[in-house]
Amino acid sequence: MTALVAYATYLPKHRLQLSEVASTLGTGSGRGSRVVASFDEDSTTMAVEAAAALLRSYPATPRSIYFATTSPAYLDKTNASAIHAALGLPPEAFAADLAGSARSGMAAWRAAKADGGLAVSADVRVGRPGSSDERTGGDGAVALLFGDPKGAIADVLAERSWSTEILDRWRAPGQLAGEGWEERFGVEHYVPLLKRAAGEMLAEAGLEAVDHMVVVSPNPGVRKQAARLFSGAATSPLGHSGAADFGLGLASMLDRAMPGETILVLSAADGCDAVLLRATENLVRKRQQRTVADQLGGGIDVAYATYLSWRGWLEREPPRRPEPDRPAGPPSARAADWKFSFTGSVCSRCGFTHLPPMRVCKNCGAMDEMEARSLAAATGTVATYTVDRLAYSPSPPLIEAIVDFDGGGRYTLEVADAQPDDLAVGTRVDLSFRRLYTARGVHNYFWKARVLAPERSTPVGGAV
Amino acid sequence: MSKGIRDKVAVVAMGCTRFGEHWSSSAEDLLVDATKELFDSTSVSRDDIEAYWLGTLASGQSGLTLSKALALDYKPVTRVENYCATGSEAFRNACYAVASGAYDRVVAVGVEKLKDSGYSGLLRSDPPGDGTAAELSLTAPAAFSLLDPAYCARYGVDPADMRAAMTHVAWKNHSNGARNPKAQFQSQVTKEKIEAAPKVAGRLGVFDCSGVSDGAAAALIVRAEEAHNYTDRPMYVKGLSLVAGPARGAADPDYDYTTFPEVVRSAQDAYEQAGVTDPRSEISLAEVHDCFTPTELVLMEDMGFAERGQAWKDILDGAFELGGRLPVNTDGGLKSFGHPVGASGLRMLYECWLQFRGQAGERQLDDPHLALTHNLGGRPGSCVSFVSVVGSDRG
Repeated sequence: MTALVAYATYLPKHRLQLSEVASTLGTGSGRGSRVVASFDEDSTTMAVEAAAALLRSYPATPRSIYFATTSPAYLDKTNASAIHAALGLPPEAFAADLAGSARSGMAAWRAAKADGGLAVSADVRVGRPGSSDERTGGDGAVALLFGDPKGAIADVLAERSWSTEILDRWRAPGQLAGEGWEERFGVEHYVPLLKRAAGEMLAEAGLEAVDHMVVVSPNPGVRKQAARLFSGAATSPLGHSGAADFGLGLASMLDRAMPGETILVLSAADGCDAVLLRATENLVRKRQQRTVADQLGGGIDVAYATYLSWRGWLEREPPRRPEPDRPAGPPSARAADWKFSFTGSVCSRCGFTHLPPMRVCKNCGAMDEMEARSLAAATGTVATYTVDRLAYSPSPPLIEAIVDFDGGGRYTLEVADAQPDDLAVGTRVDLSFRRLYTARGVHNYFWKARVLAPERSTPVGGAV
Repeated sequence: MSKGIRDKVAVVAMGCTRFGEHWSSSAEDLLVDATKELFDSTSVSRDDIEAYWLGTLASGQSGLTLSKALALDYKPVTRVENYCATGSEAFRNACYAVASGAYDRVVAVGVEKLKDSGYSGLLRSDPPGDGTAAELSLTAPAAFSLLDPAYCARYGVDPADMRAAMTHVAWKNHSNGARNPKAQFQSQVTKEKIEAAPKVAGRLGVFDCSGVSDGAAAALIVRAEEAHNYTDRPMYVKGLSLVAGPARGAADPDYDYTTFPEVVRSAQDAYEQAGVTDPRSEISLAEVHDCFTPTELVLMEDMGFAERGQAWKDILDGAFELGGRLPVNTDGGLKSFGHPVGASGLRMLYECWLQFRGQAGERQLDDPHLALTHNLGGRPGSCVSFVSVVGSDRG
């Protein structure tokens, strides 16, 4: 018996203004924006962000990771193992993918709940230029941790699922964008299911009404009708986010629910999944610090042409430089702690920090007297920096900084989500797990520096 | 520190191709061209040479690259590679072979054929790796552009003054190259044009970067006491130093990207071997590794040619121009002579050779006696450095 004990979400920083999409394609006037993952983010990296944020505020060693996505970075190779490695979890922790459809997010919830693990769902939602999927999708990730019921932030009062076979949304393997049948066809299929689900959930829990309700679905018509179907119901907070939709919907309710209040989450995807919860006293303390709404605010705009090139719709002239080699299997395996959890070595004799780990101390010469230390959660300061307009990058120019970490250690890192003017000597940064590039089908995952928002930029321990 | 081989060996003949885009010459052609000039200037023939050292970064592998091109008669040929110090490394090892007594006459030759790749800048050929090395992503101009903001921050230099100093380095080296018929770029470039050039990395524009070029250079090295049998004006080796750093700067927050500790150490070592105590007054000319303009600026301080934090001022005051107190890169340097990696170290020695012999044409200095050459391979924080001191007189 386990309970939901912590949650966290990650929304990428970039926003695509729909007015620019409309004016570029000549399709009338678009309003608002959508959340888009950067060129160096994928479902795996965003899952790491959400899970790492959760474990920072709720230190724990999950016994399992269930990773749900409709946009897996790899097939035939488990993506959850990269998340597992980036979080520095012990090998005994089970890590598996639940990939394919929006409903995989619910499967991760069920599996993690069954064995007290971590359900992490993330997606990059791609639509054809000008499509509804492009306009109304959103990229993001959510992590939900199950554990000791004493620590529950919300108790599950009822949980049910209904399965149906319907050709509402589909995508052939290898296709960049999916397709949908006429929107109203799905709406007419899902609405009765949703009504039935809501009624049965309330009946099971002996409730007349709920305090918070969210209805998510890959079908845009269902999302549009949510508030009309159920008075006051919210829908997918950042548009449809694939396998992350269920969890992000729930998280947006956990962001605001008060102890004792009830939350009903309905997901209409190849059937219907329904979860009814009641928030506990613990939620007040364990609410994520930056809510989904906070994370939706701000952001930086990406030009539509740049976004199209990120997603592979627009092939642009690369710099006259060779493309990088793919990372090799054996060196990557040997260096897994370094590459995936930014683990260096600290000299036991003199305390000098080596990034990457070294056997011989650069400071005192001691040999094989090192201790491993992960700096994945460290913050640091830019010693110097540059903007490389010649280098190969999936999205030039490449911005790179020499980072000195609080408490020791220096490494040269690319800077994520940055504009050339964002950096100065002394800029404060933390780390973000990213996909540097993909070469011959191999993704090069590693860490990048990320400019810190002012509130987190105070040096720790005065070691600047 | 090396005990050195001061005045034990001498250069008695040299050859150097024009550097630049040799679309119609292969690396083998360039090796033939450089050594042909060398042999044409002396009575020594290929068969009289007892051993060869070939420096090339990536234009061939093994001694066969040279022995095949020159159809050598079963001679020992050693191929060396040490990043951008490759040509100097071929020279250093050849000198030691003669100093050891193993050989009386050897040739060091360096070559690079960069323009066949179709890419901009230098290419790397790294062993299979985990994809995390910064060297894989950051290009050379970007790595050296790190010096600019760091130097400004450390010494409180106005970025506009720093830009002016970088521009001055490019302007000076282009002015010198304009007086050199073998340079890749033989035209004066205005400061306005230098500063308006498209940016490559950080504040470095195209004119802050050395020329990507093809070329070869060669030196005939003999025992010093026999040097006059070959030429009336030998060039004597006073000191040779090579340092490969522990790459500490790339890992140590105490390193501030305003100096190359490897250069400081190799310069000290070479000065000591050569008996140089005050480089600023004793050195007649210096050929240094101006791969990018801020590199030359920092090198002036690391070599002891300028006080810390002052090189930018000395540069703007003209201290290192042809008529200045210590002319630097009189042949145009990497900037305008070009930088075919394996050949560059020997090209620098070629300029010293010409200057000592009074054959430097329009850029001839007044009676030079002691010269320095310097190569840097790698990048700030992680590099190799070579410094030689050569002289026109045997001490």
